[in-house]
Amino acid sequence: MSAGGGRTVRPVAVASFAQSQNVRRDDEHNEVEMLMPVVAEVFGNIGITKDDVDFICSGSTDYLIGGPFSFVTALDAVGVWPPRAESHVEMDGAWALYEAWVLLQEGEIDAALVYAFGRSSPGNLNEILSLQLDPYYLAPLWPDPVSLAALQARALIDAGKGSEADFAAIASRSRRDAMSNPKAQVAKDIPPATLLEEDYVVAPLRRHALPPITDGAAAIVLAAGDKAGLWSKSPVWITGLDHRMETHSLGARDLTSSPSTTRAAEVAGVADGPVDVAEIHAPFAHQEIIVKQALGLDDTVTVNPSGGPLAANPLMSAGLIRIGEAAASISSGRAKRAVAHATSGPCLQQNLVCVLEGE
Amino acid sequence: MTDETVTEPLGPVTTLATPIRLDFEFTPGVAQSRFLRGLEQGKFMGQRCPKCGKVYVPSRGSCPTDGVPTTEDVELANVGTVTTYCVVNVPFAGQSIEIPYICAQVLLDGANLSFMGLIQEIPTDEIRMGMRVEAVWVEREELKPSLASVRYFRPSGEPDADYETFKEYL
Repeated sequence: MSAGGGRTVRPVAVASFAQSQNVRRDDEHNEVEMLMPVVAEVFGNIGITKDDVDFICSGSTDYLIGGPFSFVTALDAVGVWPPRAESHVEMDGAWALYEAWVLLQEGEIDAALVYAFGRSSPGNLNEILSLQLDPYYLAPLWPDPVSLAALQARALIDAGKGSEADFAAIASRSRRDAMSNPKAQVAKDIPPATLLEEDYVVAPLRRHALPPITDGAAAIVLAAGDKAGLWSKSPVWITGLDHRMETHSLGARDLTSSPSTTRAAEVAGVADGPVDVAEIHAPFAHQEIIVKQALGLDDTVTVNPSGGPLAANPLMSAGLIRIGEAAASISSGRAKRAVAHATSGPCLQQNLVCVLEGE
Repeated sequence: MTDETVTEPLGPVTTLATPIRLDFEFTPGVAQSRFLRGLEQGKFMGQRCPKCGKVYVPSRGSCPTDGVPTTEDVELANVGTVTTYCVVNVPFAGQSIEIPYICAQVLLDGANLSFMGLIQEIPTDEIRMGMRVEAVWVEREELKPSLASVRYFRPSGEPDADYETFKEYL
């Protein structure tokens, strides 16, 4: 097949998943020290070592810690000797997983380690994230991601597709569900009515509708065919995977819909069967409404039982964690078929959709 | 506005300057903190890999070859060997040292990783691979958890190291 998204040709499974504790600020460990226990756990879960994978792919951005080539030094956490094929994407780890999945589909490799690390705390995220915008017309204005998300939320309300009460309900549910996720950062049971008493951060978004600032890391081992069955008692198969993006000009988009998610969902085959669980990477509460609709999911689907990004949003890792959590919901028996979504960029700029199934 | 206002067309915009500055809080981590605390006490602290036995200075907490945590702290010597060097003759913005000066990779005795140091107290044409050097520290009360605690390296007066002893580190 060509190096594009789509339905699986060669069976590939999420053989193992691990994530760090998600915290507001990890000021004890450097990136290597953050990653090492996660990498050790993702291999240890299935009794393999770094020598058992043919390819390593990571997702991170040096802008978060202000350290040039931090993505290269992070490899020290794995120990790449003897040398092996390795790659990196300046994207969430979900896109690193996509790159590994394409190589697995092409039959070039049989197993891959995918990892992501996001230390969101060292700098001013509002300033850092505004630098990902178009450098001529938008970035010089330094529009912060919360204000851009608020514009999107306002457009959603104006279009009659959501309300402030809906946003509060999503935040309340997410953080209540997070109480059963020991890795979550924000887990508490506060009713929507109480949340609606908060002041606006940027109207119409109140604090509860914003993601927490999170330091965290995650890793997944992908394995093809027999190897997946050999390593894991309950491999979770990726049956479809695709990613698409919107135009980079925010003013040219309808911010209340996500055609790129819809297209990725079509290519990945979301509608080919019933969906039990969806892990949606919607950092701002209102974005869950947009993505859920774009994925074509109805109210029978359990959304973000892990608590989702409103409970922990380690940048560059939170999308990969959605795939890991969706796989975990299948291996735990909670779901037979699950969908994971990852996003990157302002106002759901880039979107990735992954369909997972058990044996 | 007055009648003197310039009305000539200014022509097309050809460049746009958008100054950007970001500030970060650096987290050295457990291993690198040991190195920095060592500098504060006037000594070089490294860490040994439990698997291959190599000593890294500074250590970032893992062996980059084996991918395992480096947990054993090792105090290194104040002397080492110049593995390679560069004589800087070109001025550049932000330069704090008078040119010409020598920038060298110094392999401390007991370490398996060299790091960059300034070499002083020697004419630039006398620097050579294998030269033995020692660290010159700032005054005791000026020591900080920073490489600025090491003023520079200077010849230790020992005979040059045999090429065989450092060829692996070039």
